[in-house]
Amino acid sequence: MSENQYPKYFQPEIECASREELTKLQSERLSAMVKRCYENVPFYTQKLDELGIKPEDITSIDDLSKLPFTYKQDLRDNYPYGLFAVPNEELVRIHASSGTTGKQTVVGYTRYDLDGWASGAARAIVAAGGHVGDKIHVSYGYGLFTGGLGLHDGATKLGATAIPVSSGNTARQIQILQDFDSDFLCCTPSYAMFIGETVRDMGIDPKTLTVRGGIFGAEAWSEEYRQKIQELLDIKAYDIYGLSEIAGPGVSYECEEQTGMHVCEDLYYPEIIDPDTGESLPDGTYGELVFTCIGKEALPLIRYRTRDICMLTREKCSCGRTLVKMGKPHGRSDDMLIIRGVNVFPSQVEHVILTLGLEPNYLIEVDRINNLDVMTVKIEMTPEMFSDTVRDIEALEKRISGTMQSVLGVSAKIRLVEPKTLARSEGKAVRVKDLRKI
Amino acid sequence: MFIKQLSIFAENRKGCVAELAEVLANAGIEIRALYVADTSDFGIVRIIADKPEEAAKVLKEQGHTVSLTDVIAANLSDAPGGFARVVRTLSDHDIDVEYMYAFITRVSGNACVILRIKEAQQALDVFAKSGIAVLTSSAVYNM
Repeated sequence: MSENQYPKYFQPEIECASREELTKLQSERLSAMVKRCYENVPFYTQKLDELGIKPEDITSIDDLSKLPFTYKQDLRDNYPYGLFAVPNEELVRIHASSGTTGKQTVVGYTRYDLDGWASGAARAIVAAGGHVGDKIHVSYGYGLFTGGLGLHDGATKLGATAIPVSSGNTARQIQILQDFDSDFLCCTPSYAMFIGETVRDMGIDPKTLTVRGGIFGAEAWSEEYRQKIQELLDIKAYDIYGLSEIAGPGVSYECEEQTGMHVCEDLYYPEIIDPDTGESLPDGTYGELVFTCIGKEALPLIRYRTRDICMLTREKCSCGRTLVKMGKPHGRSDDMLIIRGVNVFPSQVEHVILTLGLEPNYLIEVDRINNLDVMTVKIEMTPEMFSDTVRDIEALEKRISGTMQSVLGVSAKIRLVEPKTLARSEGKAVRVKDLRKI
Repeated sequence: MFIKQLSIFAENRKGCVAELAEVLANAGIEIRALYVADTSDFGIVRIIADKPEEAAKVLKEQGHTVSLTDVIAANLSDAPGGFARVVRTLSDHDIDVEYMYAFITRVSGNACVILRIKEAQQALDVFAKSGIAVLTSSAVYNM
């Protein structure tokens, strides 16, 4: 079959459903979910009782705003299994978040949950142009982290061929890409960039690789970063979103338009709220993303606060999907730095670096010197940036710091470092080192 | 008439220059002259070596940022006024020098000044007219 004879959607009955059909499905699922939570999760029984809400009060998706929020701290307080709504016999998988900023959070899945998650990942692969017969090279880590198994199960669900390479050993990754004729590469965007750089440094023409597309997620990345990966690997790069508390990758995914990610709203209902007041915000407004797991059994979280800042749009998409789209998250509000009172997202720093045509290998260091926050951005020197005169290099540093100042609204010291001295990540990249002792 | 100078980016960190020097030593590169321009955060190491292309290649292979820069080696007499004459000549012709460094050569009574000049061809013309000798690259590399 030629490429365009393969199905364009994995589940057209959901992905292209009318708004009426979706709302009906969502309303039914929400009211059933709230009932199950109330009956099986003491945490929710207590919360709903406190608010005087009875499960029967929730009959439509419009009733969502009556329900309380769930926070990451609630998962920690009920560690490990306290919020599960099913008996152990029904659990078929457990994953956990990395827990880099506190106690890890544990997520259980029933067979039904895994099937929903795999469907989301399969929708993502098809939306990126994948189909039966494609080889899906998965370089996300396999383990408690949801990345590896998420895309793996998605490929399997679709009936494509999963190649479970997992992360690490970049030379071997490239060998496998070459020898196994992989069609899609799945990993974090920073690892895709590193693989692309390594391909270039090894003198391999990316056009000789069979890879057509990449599905990259688990990190905030900018549009310029995408362009760079697309050039380095000669592929189309698609964003995919997920978080372990809801499901892994495949909660939302990009289509050929590459202008936002369609949310699997039949399974995970999204809202945007004002993070300070908790009020719902209209489409097209930036705010905190909140999910209600209407299509999950084991851990059906109600209005889970993701801390991700983004917006939703319901404009008609040229791909034909009707599912609501979310924009690229600016970054997790947990990743946001407050420098001398100014909010700074690492993605904004990356944006500046890339618009100036520099390589996106950087590290943001924040320290407090004489009670003043000082932000230093370390950027690796490249042959293109280098000059034999101090004056030229200092002029370049000034140009970078001037642009940073105007974009971020706060000054940053630029420190050029030798090439390949900033650590490359095979999973989630470390972009920020906060040395402040507050 | 240009000499290829190695220009290498060096972060201000312990052992950085030692690493560069060892890479050159292991490749059997001989250093004729060396000059480090430094700021508080980084330096640029400038080296005149016997085999500049080969030196640049091994440094690149070891991950260093290096470029080859065309410089002029003016020959001058190692006596009071020898250096002054070179820089006065340039100044009188409004030719700016980006940077320079000098050393005494093995030929008795001679010295050499390495000049990095953006209007390099103009400088060569002025030197020719003023009778200031310029060393060829092979003369410098095999010094």
